[in-house]
Amino acid sequence: MTELQGTELKVIVFQLKDKEYAISVQQVRSIEKIQHITRVPRTPNFVKGVINLRGVVTPIIDLRTRFGLEEAAISENTRVIIVALDEIEVGFIVDAANDVVDIPTDAIEPAPEVMDTAQVDYINGVAKIGKRLLILLNLEKILNNRQLKAAK
Amino acid sequence: MDMRQYLEVFIDESKEHLQTINEQLLELEKSPEDVTIVNEIFRSAHTLKGMSATMGFEDLANLTHQMENVLDAIRNHKIQVTPDILDVVFHAVDDLEAMVNSIAEGGDGKRDVTEVVQQLKLIEQGKTPIATEPTSRPSPSSPIHTQTYGDFEYNVLQQAKEQGFTSYEVHVKLRADCLLKAARVFMIFETLEQVGEIIKSNPPAELLEQEQFDTEFIITVISKENKEDLYKRIIKVSEIEEVVVTPLDLEKIGMELQRTEASLTQAEEKSEKTEEQEKKEKEKASTARQTAAGNKTIRVNIERLDILMNLFEELVIDRGRLEQISRELNHPELQETVERMSRISGDLQNIILNMRMVPVETVFNRFPRMVRQLARDLGKKVNLEIIGAETELDRTVIDEIGDPLVHLLRNAIDHGIETPDVRRAKGKPEEGTVKLKAYHSGNHVFIEIEDDGAGINREKVLKKAISKGIISEQNAASLTDKQVYELIFSSGFSTADTISDVSGRGVGLDVVKNTIESLGGSVTIDSYEGVGSVFSIQLPLTLSIISVMLVEIQNEKYAIPLSSIIETAIVKKEDILHAHNQKVIDFRGKVVPLLFLKDIFEIPVHKEEEEFVSVVIVRKGEKMAGLVVDSFIGQQEIVLKSLGNYLTNVFAISGATILGDGQVALIIDCNALIK
Repeated sequence: MTELQGTELKVIVFQLKDKEYAISVQQVRSIEKIQHITRVPRTPNFVKGVINLRGVVTPIIDLRTRFGLEEAAISENTRVIIVALDEIEVGFIVDAANDVVDIPTDAIEPAPEVMDTAQVDYINGVAKIGKRLLILLNLEKILNNRQLKAAK
Repeated sequence: MDMRQYLEVFIDESKEHLQTINEQLLELEKSPEDVTIVNEIFRSAHTLKGMSATMGFEDLANLTHQMENVLDAIRNHKIQVTPDILDVVFHAVDDLEAMVNSIAEGGDGKRDVTEVVQQLKLIEQGKTPIATEPTSRPSPSSPIHTQTYGDFEYNVLQQAKEQGFTSYEVHVKLRADCLLKAARVFMIFETLEQVGEIIKSNPPAELLEQEQFDTEFIITVISKENKEDLYKRIIKVSEIEEVVVTPLDLEKIGMELQRTEASLTQAEEKSEKTEEQEKKEKEKASTARQTAAGNKTIRVNIERLDILMNLFEELVIDRGRLEQISRELNHPELQETVERMSRISGDLQNIILNMRMVPVETVFNRFPRMVRQLARDLGKKVNLEIIGAETELDRTVIDEIGDPLVHLLRNAIDHGIETPDVRRAKGKPEEGTVKLKAYHSGNHVFIEIEDDGAGINREKVLKKAISKGIISEQNAASLTDKQVYELIFSSGFSTADTISDVSGRGVGLDVVKNTIESLGGSVTIDSYEGVGSVFSIQLPLTLSIISVMLVEIQNEKYAIPLSSIIETAIVKKEDILHAHNQKVIDFRGKVVPLLFLKDIFEIPVHKEEEEFVSVVIVRKGEKMAGLVVDSFIGQQEIVLKSLGNYLTNVFAISGATILGDGQVALIIDCNALIK
């Protein structure tokens, strides 16, 4: 984990609506094409259901719904990014998985105040790489299942 | 050096060693003279000490070290095994277990053990550990028992008397700082042999020569000298603290001898009866030891087996597709290969499932300790018989079954087995027997807990149930005995007149029933008043593969465990009745409420409703409900999978499975649906 600190952070870049987001590669297990999702009743609306990921039943979260954006139709580019945090393994539905980028850690700045309020909680910071603005996600906050528990 | 990587191994092995110590201590209690058992315990304790010292757990190492000293003393016959000593050692093992557990949970393994260490030190010094009555020792100044004499020695002493010799018992106590004990012993022996003849010594001469004694010993000697002269001769040897010479009363010895002879012949008769049994046990033990030596095992993390299982399931799904394709192509060589692959993967499936099987022994082996402690606490005598400990169960079931069994065992000992005087009054042997029996039958494992105690008093149970409002008086009379016994599984029930802290306040048994049912099992009771009770638990062999009924609701597929299903029915729409905002049907004379899964699971509706509804009748204990679905797909064996750590506690869903087409189907938890 630590060998990149102070130098560069390798991230997976993906797209949601018109913005680019980034998750550290350390937290990403794999990137999958969309497949049949089994709906799980009585869960929050951003939980789309579960998929069979090579024999492991994996929950799927629609990041658009999670961030309060309108849902998008599934397209050729739609991907499921499987992330792992501690004991939790879930998949995020994203519009497209774009790139793997090395971000110099000193290019990361705290999230600006003006961002959408629904999203600002889930953000670790932003990084400017050339003309691109990458939003670094805070997985702990996204996967915090307080909302899951409240839904019951 | 980073020790973290070794921690897991350390914890696993420590637990194993502690288990061995526990088991062997119990053995030792049964046969306190057996040095091989002490050696066994010593070895485990020693390894444990070494490991914990290496890992830097000082408290653990210290306590083990102290325990080792005591064991060493027992091994060298310096102290005798008594229940009191064993209690302290057990106590020490409990502390060790607590420390290891604390380490396993990420703690530092520290614990205040000064009291136990103090007691162990006392034992080591040959003192009574706890303040028990001092009369338990023959005399305060000499912890060594008085000499006992056999037939032969008695004859010798008799003859000596006839020839004018006098027999003496000489108690010698060396000074604590005596350096060459063996030399002093030799000098004393020589002194005595100048004036008489040594008949016997305690401890025996060869142990004395090897300095295998504390500071005291007894010599029986025949001599023509009188008591005072003998005393003077011995006291001349230096470094002796105390010498007591007492003339022997031969008549008394003779009488004692006759008495012991009588009891000996009795014991012999008894032992002849049990000899065969013993032989069997010995054989068992020796084969066990052999297999233990011959068995080559490796430790595999259960997670790896889970991964293996998952991968295999993938393979099974692909196998299904491949079979389908080869049938369609109708290519003989392809078909042959696919068939072979199917057979091999079938075998592979059996092996993988078997690898996850664990003998129930892993749960059972903590019970002897518990029963012993419990029996002592309650002042009862209980013999725990374990049968079929080698019976195998899936790992997932094993993990869950421990607590219910503890409850039932506690219940049997607390409420079942009577106190020794009550048992005597009833003409039963003082010692009660609790049998714990496990065996396979069909696709199930049965575990029975049988006691020869008081049994269940029907009237008492009924009275209690009525007073607690569990049943009405009118209902009470019509219940069968079995139904009455079932009542003790109701929540808020306790028949013990006095509440003991052992089996609690009746919160236990309903929890037991719920746990077992949630495992897809069932529990039944048989009881004869005054003779005893049998609690019988039926469990599925494995929790990872269960039989389900697949149903379809709109476009979604769900699985309902067969263990909850009574039957399926197709009901005409007009036969659905309304009662207090609740739709019900009349099912074989019973009113069964209907649950529309479509509404409960908020399933998007695509299809029109039909004239008939398909209903799956499910039960939870005595209660029933009808789950309304669109259609039945069929019965299937499925692999149970969890929804992961993110989606925990989804309402009425107990897990998921992967169907032949690779899609996920959710498994309905009927217990949550029926209130």
